[in-house]
Amino acid sequence: MMLLLFLWQTLRIAAPYLLAAAGGVVAERAGVVSLTLESFLLSGAFGAVAASHWGQSAWIGVLGGLGAGLFFGALHALATVRFKADQIVSGVALNLLAVGLTRFLLQMGFDSSSNSPRVPGFEGLGHPLLWLGLLIMPVLAWTLAHTRYGLRLRAVGEHPQAAESLGISVAKVRWVAVLASGGLAGLGGAFLSLDQHQFTDQMSAGRGFIALAAVISGRWQPMRAGVACLLFAAAETLQIQLQAAAAIPTQFLAMIPYALTLIAVAGVVGRSRPPAALGRA
Amino acid sequence: MARTAWIEMLFPPLVALLVALVAGDLLILAYGQNPAAVWHLLVDGTWGNFYGIGQVLYKATTLCFTGLSVAIALRAGLFNVGAEGQLAAGGFGAGLAGLLLPATMPWFFAFMLMFLAAALCGSAVAAVPGVLKARFGAHEVIATIMMNFMVLALLNYLVAAHLHTPETLHTQSIASGLVPRLSVLLPVFHGSAANWLIVLAILAALLVGVVLFASRFGFELRAVGLQVGAAENAGISVGSTWIRAMLLAGALAGLGGLNFVLGYKGFYEDGFAGGAGFLGIAVALVGRNHPLGVVISALCFATLSQGGLAIHALVPKQMVEVLQALVILAVAMAVPEVRTRLARSVRGKP
Repeated sequence: MMLLLFLWQTLRIAAPYLLAAAGGVVAERAGVVSLTLESFLLSGAFGAVAASHWGQSAWIGVLGGLGAGLFFGALHALATVRFKADQIVSGVALNLLAVGLTRFLLQMGFDSSSNSPRVPGFEGLGHPLLWLGLLIMPVLAWTLAHTRYGLRLRAVGEHPQAAESLGISVAKVRWVAVLASGGLAGLGGAFLSLDQHQFTDQMSAGRGFIALAAVISGRWQPMRAGVACLLFAAAETLQIQLQAAAAIPTQFLAMIPYALTLIAVAGVVGRSRPPAALGRA
Repeated sequence: MARTAWIEMLFPPLVALLVALVAGDLLILAYGQNPAAVWHLLVDGTWGNFYGIGQVLYKATTLCFTGLSVAIALRAGLFNVGAEGQLAAGGFGAGLAGLLLPATMPWFFAFMLMFLAAALCGSAVAAVPGVLKARFGAHEVIATIMMNFMVLALLNYLVAAHLHTPETLHTQSIASGLVPRLSVLLPVFHGSAANWLIVLAILAALLVGVVLFASRFGFELRAVGLQVGAAENAGISVGSTWIRAMLLAGALAGLGGLNFVLGYKGFYEDGFAGGAGFLGIAVALVGRNHPLGVVISALCFATLSQGGLAIHALVPKQMVEVLQALVILAVAMAVPEVRTRLARSVRGKP
């Protein structure tokens, strides 16, 4: 029983990580830095609650989360692909924008500075986005490895000039990748808020960065990134369950994903090599 | 200066201002208020009275330090997203040193020791990404972000578990070495948090200017930032330049922590950084990584931050967070666009 509870809680924590990390893999493999995952999650969470409240249906909420993520993805693509803005600066700006905009709209739409009212959501295992989260990494791995678009995406991320000379539109591939990234991570945000039946201020709480950490620790491979998401979620579950026992301060357990990522980028245990054109216009 | 250089320098901030005004109007209208009234309130609550000016100066002081930190790292080609953690660590270092020092210690020595503690703690946090980059080629953006989370968690643990006064998340008050408010000599600023550390911020900007543009180290730093390969061929040690740039950046951000700890509250409080490190990225970007530009842009962003509080009676103060983000985005988009268009027009008309 304890074990089942542990597994269930791990999956529930992992679902938004998996969806956001899938978005991160797609964008970064196309050569676009994904510091924006945090903004996709937060806006997706708000979009889901706003739509669910308006339509009184959790399924409409899913569409709202998807739409909000796509909107922020489009902003990131517009800035970095069309205008060649620095991808890191755009990421920082969009993260600030998501915090400010969701707070503003929370105040405007629900007259609150902290949370929305309770909206229709999903219960437990009936949450469709939980299953999407579990399936997304294998699907993504297959797409990247075996489809035409997957091949093009990888080419654009490794050597855009070569891809361009073969007649692949780098801009088009990156637009699609960043939009997909926004949509996927937006659904991750929708999972969060529809699971809790409400939006709370800054409810993404750094999950976008943990997802990014999973992408890097997983060396930009979907399946490895998925395993990293599950490991991070398990560590978090452990942290919650140990809180009563308090053998290790929770702050130290919370550091695990970040420390692992530092080790991964430093290449102490097996080098973590990013896509060659990552971050370059 | 050539005409194109002026266009390249002034056009992006003007675009950003326009974007902020239009977006602000839309948000205000969406909230059912009159834009003119809100803008009037914003100006009135910031530069319209001495309390407002004092609050802007107080906020600009911290932003000046974090902006300089990001700017000097960027001149070396490094993106310091870690100013937030370095700022918090600097404030913590000063607060901890203040607790350990005897209350009878003369002001000057107490201040200098806390000054050093802030700079050292900031540097220590920045050293990790610097060394990882120089030694292993680890990307500094990822490393600084991860350091932010780890440092903030560690400081939270230290304060929550060991150093706090009961029922709070702050340490006990520091006895000696506190920095007086501006209102001590200039009573019009009464009640505002502006303090004499603003002088230190301006000195820091001057020092960064001298280091960057009039020292051998600054020359090497900029050379590395412009073209790593060429700098290496010229015999500059790239790795050690990166590490030294990060140490300096960390020290600057760390000193920003003095503003809250010594200039305002007199103790360290968990979470005091509150995003000022991230805004430092915006400050450096809009200030084009030039010390003078950083000072001006710190004042602009401080005005927006304080302005948010002023307009809260009519529209949610979060409106300015949206505007700040849009300003960053607009500048980031306008800078490369202007550059390519200028290059194209120069090539078109020989």
